[in-house]
Amino acid sequence: MPEHSEHSEHIVSPLIYILIFSALMILTLTTVYAATVDLNEHFAGLNVIVALVIATCKAILVILFFMHAYYSSRRTKLIIISGFFWLAIMLFLTLGDYASRSWDVH
Amino acid sequence: MAFSAVRTEVKEEYRVHRTGELSGQFQTLEQQKESATLGMWTFLITEILFFGGLFLTYTINRHTYPDVFAISSRTIKLSWGAINTVVLIGSSLTMAMSVWSAQVGKKKLVTFFLIATLVLGSVFLGIKGIEYHDKYVEHHIPGLNFDMYYCTNNPGACNLTPEDLAKEKAELEDLQKKVGGEVAVNSHAQLFFSLYFGMTGLHALHMIIGAGLLLWLIIESMRGRFTPQWNSPVENVGLYWHFVDIVWIYLFPLLYLIDRH
Repeated sequence: MPEHSEHSEHIVSPLIYILIFSALMILTLTTVYAATVDLNEHFAGLNVIVALVIATCKAILVILFFMHAYYSSRRTKLIIISGFFWLAIMLFLTLGDYASRSWDVH
Repeated sequence: MAFSAVRTEVKEEYRVHRTGELSGQFQTLEQQKESATLGMWTFLITEILFFGGLFLTYTINRHTYPDVFAISSRTIKLSWGAINTVVLIGSSLTMAMSVWSAQVGKKKLVTFFLIATLVLGSVFLGIKGIEYHDKYVEHHIPGLNFDMYYCTNNPGACNLTPEDLAKEKAELEDLQKKVGGEVAVNSHAQLFFSLYFGMTGLHALHMIIGAGLLLWLIIESMRGRFTPQWNSPVENVGLYWHFVDIVWIYLFPLLYLIDRH
């Protein structure tokens, strides 16, 4: 598998960077607009869900293209995914604990 | 055939090695580059978990005091946050472009885009400074004469329109009935602002460290150090800069955009 040529690394073209930047700008506008609309009346907590989904889309675009994860080796991809997996463990287990026990936090 | 191909390849490596671009412990430039990227990502994972703990704390507190968090969030100016988001994502674009410039060997462009990134990063920090100053004027810094009622009690002191003040006053009165008194409002609001200053402060600290790294890269790139064969510092500081951008991508909606309707 290893390509020993010094030119085998993937060079992302400026056009892709500019497209990603434009997408990020559109998503930023969308998230600001979405916050000014009352979505909670349809479904409690919908506003924050929409905000987080948009933020996650933006983060994925940055990681895949600005940070070249899309073009990186499978080993690097595994490391990246494992990082978010461990973050998910921390978030979900702690929040699960808070949700399922009667903590007296007030 | 295959054998002779391998021999040519080894010779090619020795040539690169002699130019000082390939360190002795690596066999190929590919391997050297991948090791650098992998190491940087391993560091960034520790950063993800570090900020993750703060986001977790934020989530639990916001869930516990949703109304106080919403009112406190609305006292932060949305426009500065939105402008800073654009500025920071713009700086990620220029950072990515400097990596591209290094990869294709345009040495002057590397320096240009690094300087552009540093300028945009400094604009971000400047705007953050204005925002912090606003919070200082409004007595919204925890532990430092913190008072959520300061602006509504002293209408001339804060830079707010009469309509905004009237709205804030009505909202605070509603909230006070819900949570049971001014003391409760102030103590819960301090939780929001502690998280606000803690999270944006740590983010700003990362930006300042990033600005230092950019200065170093600019000096090195002026010396023409970064080539298509060797540009790991640009690539890795780029990874760091984009990571800091991602943290802001989450901070912006969570701190600025709570119930703006």
